[in-house]
Amino acid sequence: MTRRVVVLGGGTGGTLVANRLRRRFRLGELEVVVVDQDDRHVYQPGLLFVPFGLADPDDIVRPRGRQLRDGISFRRQTVDRVDIEDRVVHLGDGSSVRYDVLVVASGARLLPDETPGLTGPGWMSDVFTFYTPQGAGALAGALATFDGGRLVVNVVDLPIKCPVAPLEFCFLADSYFTRRGIREKVDITYATPLDAAFTKPVAAAHLGDLLSQRGIELVTEFNTGEVDGSGRSLTSYDGRSLAFDLAVVVPLHGGAEFVGRSAGLGDELDFVPADERTLQSKAAPEVFVVGDAAAIPASKAGSVAHFAGETVVENIVRFLDGEPLVETFDGHANCFVETGHGKALLIDFNYEQEPLPGRYPSMVGLPLLKESRANHLAKRLFEPFYWHALLPGRDVPGVGAAMPVAGKRVPVAQKEMP
Amino acid sequence: MTTATLAAREVELNDEGFFVDPTSWSEEMVPELAQREGIDVLTDAHWTVIRFMRREFFEKGTGPTVRVLGKTSGVSVKELYQLFPKGPAKVAARIAGIPKPRGCI
Repeated sequence: MTRRVVVLGGGTGGTLVANRLRRRFRLGELEVVVVDQDDRHVYQPGLLFVPFGLADPDDIVRPRGRQLRDGISFRRQTVDRVDIEDRVVHLGDGSSVRYDVLVVASGARLLPDETPGLTGPGWMSDVFTFYTPQGAGALAGALATFDGGRLVVNVVDLPIKCPVAPLEFCFLADSYFTRRGIREKVDITYATPLDAAFTKPVAAAHLGDLLSQRGIELVTEFNTGEVDGSGRSLTSYDGRSLAFDLAVVVPLHGGAEFVGRSAGLGDELDFVPADERTLQSKAAPEVFVVGDAAAIPASKAGSVAHFAGETVVENIVRFLDGEPLVETFDGHANCFVETGHGKALLIDFNYEQEPLPGRYPSMVGLPLLKESRANHLAKRLFEPFYWHALLPGRDVPGVGAAMPVAGKRVPVAQKEMP
Repeated sequence: MTTATLAAREVELNDEGFFVDPTSWSEEMVPELAQREGIDVLTDAHWTVIRFMRREFFEKGTGPTVRVLGKTSGVSVKELYQLFPKGPAKVAARIAGIPKPRGCI
């Protein structure tokens, strides 16, 4: 009997899981259906470069269906809700699809309307986000004509996709204004709800130092309560205000809307709780979660979706065979952090181990937590690997799912983790 | 790590003032803990948040963030900041005797 896996979401996680599953089974054994509301697959790491004229928004978007192997059906349709009891997905057009296994890969959704004033006056003229192709494109226009003043980069609250991206934006802005010869006319401020530049202590210290070296002011524990676009200021819940001439805001994130409409599937932010090692959802044994949609203590990042995808595929195969699941996902994330001026640093971490200095993936490799030209080149050269190796489900040379420790300088007395 | 005496009992706190062992906490310690945070008058709303924080921690393994608190505790984010002006998630976690909310990575 042919069994059916339905994958909700044709982004990084959903695409690579569908492609890997297709390769593991013969056509008659398993049907793979991918559902997405649109046919625009965005190479999201490229969004960071768009505002600075280093990438074109049109070049980082490709059709979703074309990234899927032959033999996978792609349904372009919204999802109304999942009926977990009956194992049925109800689609927006009133049709429904039954499943033996469901993969929730519907990512994170931007919620700019949840912050009072953010999408009011000034939105997309003085207040921008670079987390969408449209926003990043519009911001490119605004930066090109920006001749000086206060640039405020703000993260409203976590979780967000790619938590290092707003920092990278600051570094690239510093580099950009320097290149244009007007750096001294621009004040750059990074306002974060965290109590440091980043979540993990060693990396936070490194990144905090880099901010101060670049003359970027760091404002911590700033929980944006309101954006006043006409008065050009951000106000935090504790009453502090930040005046700006140009604001770049990373809005609140939540999971897909259908998660909220599916009884028993998601949490209060519409993300889907799952076992952090097996990625089986807490909602039902035949439901798995990959990528940003998951409520697990890992970063919302493409690398995490990539590494988690391997565990999800293995566990779907085992689930269908009635075998015990593997607990192989270790929370591994691997992020190139652009630091401007043609350099980048690399951080590599998992559930247990925070980002450390050293080399990746072993003693011979890219420097970790240290700026280098090689890391910048690796980041810029990653895009072809993304389309041609990662999404099709081929193994990327030198990049394994489990976090490597060989090249890392682990502190002798590991500091107590908070 | 420091040792503090609260409600005549010795408890261990970490460098940031969070309980090392959440089970060593008791409700009698709350007024003293609140005072250490500059909160002299504890209202019912404070207690609602404190009890909610503990329940969430023992259910989910981490205390909620401000945003989740605002969505689920029945107390709005604005009100949370009025109750705990120095940052609801961290301050309420310290008073509720649970570790620093893990937040997000």
